[in-house]
Amino acid sequence: MTGNRALPSTLVGLARTFAHALAAEDLARQPGLLQSLDPRVRLIGISSLVLAALLAHRIAVIAGLFVVAVALALFSHVRLATLAVRVWLVVLLFTGIIGLPALFLTPGSFLVTSSGTVLPITLQGLNSAILLIARVETAATLTTVLVLTTPWMALLKSFRALRVPPEVVMMLAMTHRYVFLLAETAGQMFESRQSRTVGVLDRTAQRHMASRTAGVLLSKSIELSNDVFLAMQSRGFRGDAKVLTEFRMRAFDYLSLIAFVTVGVAAAWVGRS
Amino acid sequence: MGGAFVSDSPIFDVRDVSFAYENVPALRGTSLCIAPGQSVALLGANGSGKSTLLRLLDALCFPSSGSIDFRGESLTPYRLRDEQFAFSFRRQVGLVFQNPDVQLFNPTVFDEVAFGPLQMGWTSPEIVTRVNAALETMAIAHLRERGPYRLSGGEKKRVALASVIVLDPEVLLLDEPTSMLDPRSQSQIIDLIQNWKGTSKTVVTATHQLEIVEDIADRVVVLEQGSVIADGTPPEILSNGELLLRANLVHAHRHKHGDIVHSHPHLHSHGQHEH
Repeated sequence: MTGNRALPSTLVGLARTFAHALAAEDLARQPGLLQSLDPRVRLIGISSLVLAALLAHRIAVIAGLFVVAVALALFSHVRLATLAVRVWLVVLLFTGIIGLPALFLTPGSFLVTSSGTVLPITLQGLNSAILLIARVETAATLTTVLVLTTPWMALLKSFRALRVPPEVVMMLAMTHRYVFLLAETAGQMFESRQSRTVGVLDRTAQRHMASRTAGVLLSKSIELSNDVFLAMQSRGFRGDAKVLTEFRMRAFDYLSLIAFVTVGVAAAWVGRS
Repeated sequence: MGGAFVSDSPIFDVRDVSFAYENVPALRGTSLCIAPGQSVALLGANGSGKSTLLRLLDALCFPSSGSIDFRGESLTPYRLRDEQFAFSFRRQVGLVFQNPDVQLFNPTVFDEVAFGPLQMGWTSPEIVTRVNAALETMAIAHLRERGPYRLSGGEKKRVALASVIVLDPEVLLLDEPTSMLDPRSQSQIIDLIQNWKGTSKTVVTATHQLEIVEDIADRVVVLEQGSVIADGTPPEILSNGELLLRANLVHAHRHKHGDIVHSHPHLHSHGQHEH
């Protein structure tokens, strides 16, 4: 990649990261099935479906859970095109690469075409690859639907309500928060460099530039983390994170929770080998 | 000097304090007494040691030599390890950082403002009431569910201020509170600081903006390269062009009157351009 291509593509990548995060928050605040539920119900319910997809050994059961995931997405106004681009194609590509060797290496009976040609693929290998891809596609779809329909802060509060240690939740919150800040800083650094870059940089110059930028960002992040800790101390933080939870469960939330868990348990039971 | 509630026993007693960042001196033998109820402006150019002094007053770092007392109690790392003292000190003293990004580490504005009260162990209803009141005071109630990365510079500054005033501390340490703000927001922050003048609150504001000094302070301490070079009332300090030039707070301005070229300090105060 030439220098004049590398810089704009980096900037576009950073801008896209911000746009995705912001779009996710906007969607999470729109009315919809999942959006109407208590975030803790969403978290427990979707987690139980993900767990069922991972435990099930029958492709038909996993396919059923996938249909549930798609239905949840549709009723929550998540666009299928978004899922296709951000989940289905990516998962197919990466899990496909991982599952490919299983087609040839899993022992079993070789597949024969209608014309009588014997393929170097076993039936058991094909089943394993399809099972792997189906599980990952279903789990990733469910997780993405949860993330798209739940504001990040509500998700974090749900973790806290589910007794995840406050230190872990705070670490997640701060990582999310400062990734944005450092991404913004990185974007500004690249913009500033681009405004002073004339002509085409060779690969060596590009690598030097990238490593220098990474170095500066690292030192900035260390400085920032020190200052953040001081700011926390200044407001009374003594190493024990305290939190405030304001959720209230309604009858619909309890019913939805029962429905989610029932579907999850049933899928895991029916899908056992 | 001083507001209505000023008493003789100092709230901060800074004696011959020096501090360095990795061998780069930031403060050199600084001494300063601040009485309860005073509104003090720490005036100085960039790198004069204002922010460092505020961090020392908030016991976030400690002098390499010299000492700082808070209400007669020495501020040392050992003293701050005492839970009871640390709790009481943090309850009484609040610092608003110059860079609001370091102060906004929670997922939403509401959580951010609630962070301090939660550490103080207040009850949930009390926290909700106080946080809502602080959000109203800073005119940011509409931002309560917003993430910090979706705020403008001015909004971040307001949230940072709200996160400190929610604790209603007796001592407010403000590091460049009006920087990064548009004129209207600046004016609102100045109004807020002005309202604290003459009350029991002690307000120490670090700034290099001469035009806000008279509005926010009844005492001005001028810092230059980590040392106090002047201490007086706003009119005394602001009328001393030579001092301001030395402290790098005004710049020499050269221009022609007919055929004569002359130079003098360039001072903007009260919206007027003074020669």
